[in-house]
Amino acid sequence: MAVREAEPVASLSEVKEAGLDREDLLQIYRNMVLTRGIEERGHILYRQGKIPGSFYTGRGNEASAVGVATAMGTDDVGTPLHRDMGVHVTRGVEPWRVLAQYMGRRDGPTKGKDGNVHMADARLGLIAMVSHLPAMLPVAVGCALAFRIKEEPRVAVGWFGEGASARGDTHEAMTFAGTRRLSVVFVCDNNQWAYSTPTHLEYATEHVADRAVAYGFEGVVVDGTDVLAVYREAKRAIEKARAGGGPTLLECQTLRMEGHAVHDDAFYVPKELFEEWAKRDPLERFRLWLQEHANMTTEEDEEISAGVKKLLNDALQRAEESPLPDPSELLEGVYATPEDLDTPHHK
Amino acid sequence: MAEKTYLQAISDGLRQEMRRDKRVYVIGEDVGVYGGAFKVTLGFQEEFGPWRVIDAPLAEAAIVGSCTGAALMGLRPVAEMQFADFVSCAWDQLVTVAAKQRWRAGTPVPIVVRCPSGGGFSGGPFHSQNPESSFAHIPGLKVVCPATPEDAKGLIVSAIEDPNPVLYMEHKHLYRRIKAEVPDERYTVPIGKARVHREGDDVTVVTWGAMVYTAEEAAKQLDDVSVEIIDLRSILPWDKQAVLESARKTSKVLVLHEDTRTGGFGAEIAATIAEEAFEDLDAPLKRITAPDSPVPFSPPLEKAYIPQVEDVVKGLKELAEY
Repeated sequence: MAVREAEPVASLSEVKEAGLDREDLLQIYRNMVLTRGIEERGHILYRQGKIPGSFYTGRGNEASAVGVATAMGTDDVGTPLHRDMGVHVTRGVEPWRVLAQYMGRRDGPTKGKDGNVHMADARLGLIAMVSHLPAMLPVAVGCALAFRIKEEPRVAVGWFGEGASARGDTHEAMTFAGTRRLSVVFVCDNNQWAYSTPTHLEYATEHVADRAVAYGFEGVVVDGTDVLAVYREAKRAIEKARAGGGPTLLECQTLRMEGHAVHDDAFYVPKELFEEWAKRDPLERFRLWLQEHANMTTEEDEEISAGVKKLLNDALQRAEESPLPDPSELLEGVYATPEDLDTPHHK
Repeated sequence: MAEKTYLQAISDGLRQEMRRDKRVYVIGEDVGVYGGAFKVTLGFQEEFGPWRVIDAPLAEAAIVGSCTGAALMGLRPVAEMQFADFVSCAWDQLVTVAAKQRWRAGTPVPIVVRCPSGGGFSGGPFHSQNPESSFAHIPGLKVVCPATPEDAKGLIVSAIEDPNPVLYMEHKHLYRRIKAEVPDERYTVPIGKARVHREGDDVTVVTWGAMVYTAEEAAKQLDDVSVEIIDLRSILPWDKQAVLESARKTSKVLVLHEDTRTGGFGAEIAATIAEEAFEDLDAPLKRITAPDSPVPFSPPLEKAYIPQVEDVVKGLKELAEY
């Protein structure tokens, strides 16, 4: 069992086999456009001084995030990270809540307690990340453990980066998931740079996914700019896990097209690398594919862009209307009360 | 009602909760087939099966981190650290993930992490520590330290019931040494409520865990000093009111703990008394703690490390005579 390098998706019939119809394809495209749109609005807000602290985006990772999230079932859960806005979007987050979160407003999912993409809507099956990467991997494994204990056919998806692959939590999570064949899919967003550190200083193998064999499960490497290939591989891995086949390590290869955060101009990334990967922009790639293979018309494309633009304009207005939190809210929720457990989950 | 050891009481409480609530499961190193390093979960796997009594790999971050995930999915995990010392390997999962999740993301994390703690049997620097004060500094966590079999059972039940991450510090030196009557039925002991272990008028000792018994021995040796012993039972939250009340009554306070001195939880108690009961004191507050060193292995060194009855007797006399 060695690492498998996934082929690109060629034709519409292949996509249909994977369970997507034309509507689904356009929805995927829309989710990618919206993902990038939210982050572009975030950039503007940051430059306007409306976002406190720093600001992070996942430019270049839209296909990877949207592709995996599209493959998840409604009852599946995940722990997306700061390059994975596409997961929140695909699972149905309301964009105005994201913008409110960016600005530290009361209507952000964390009510101003935490910033940027440190958020998640539990009702969408997502768990809010922490900065300590990959601390969410053991948590994702715990979700899968719960599904095994409760005998529920659900899958957990845990995200990590190639940088975080160096930390022990990755090893512990994969060891435990492998020994118990839990229904978890590990998705590595390999964007080649952990802040300024290149991949050869993070891992000594050719791929991060090469490690999977050591944990007793399959490793797959996929072009993370090809949303359909990502979807197909994620779907395979998720359904395999659901059927009791154990975990998969899916490595999505991309390039982080911006700095680590807004303050970072990424001078350490060779210019040629940016140029090379700019040619493989996930949105452009998929737009061309849809035109070529699914007859997406210019009108359809424009309609999607206009719809996203309107959605974001409204979202921005609503987010700006959201109040800043009151200092009196600081201590709210440090401790949970028994009423907090009065949810369908905890019955 | 039956006489039980401290260890049996923990085991009973845990077993009762697992019988009445299918969401409760235990996970840890060697907790299944072997029944736990100290046999707290002996026979559990036979009764509840391998998916509710889970032998984990030697991976504390995965053990505690997976508990958080499972708790978010509606279960009530109880993790066992084989020794409290090893909880350092799970620090990030407790402090970074579990403790802050309710506050920032709105989702409660009802998990229990059992930590067999304390010294007194030549466990050395990595099998004897009392890490409660490290966690007492972390908003979002709760920390309990039962001293009696009755509290050991009631607090494990309360910890499982609590909607927050709870560190349950069980003192290894009490496991088989301490026996008492324990009710058979299910009951809870409120987290954050102290207990008067012994009533007295002249000096207050504030302590918890195994030191309750050290304080009791010392008190018995002093015929002419009436000693009140407050067993905190919970460190986070702690029963400030009970401590202040006793301090006001006796006007003299000795804080006793097995953990090291600097930044130990005794410092928090002392500071609170200084802030809120300064006028009521007739003597400077006294702390008796382990010195600021790792826990030693060799018996004479360990005896010099852990506060002894004679140390407490001396401290109580000094306070009484002040």
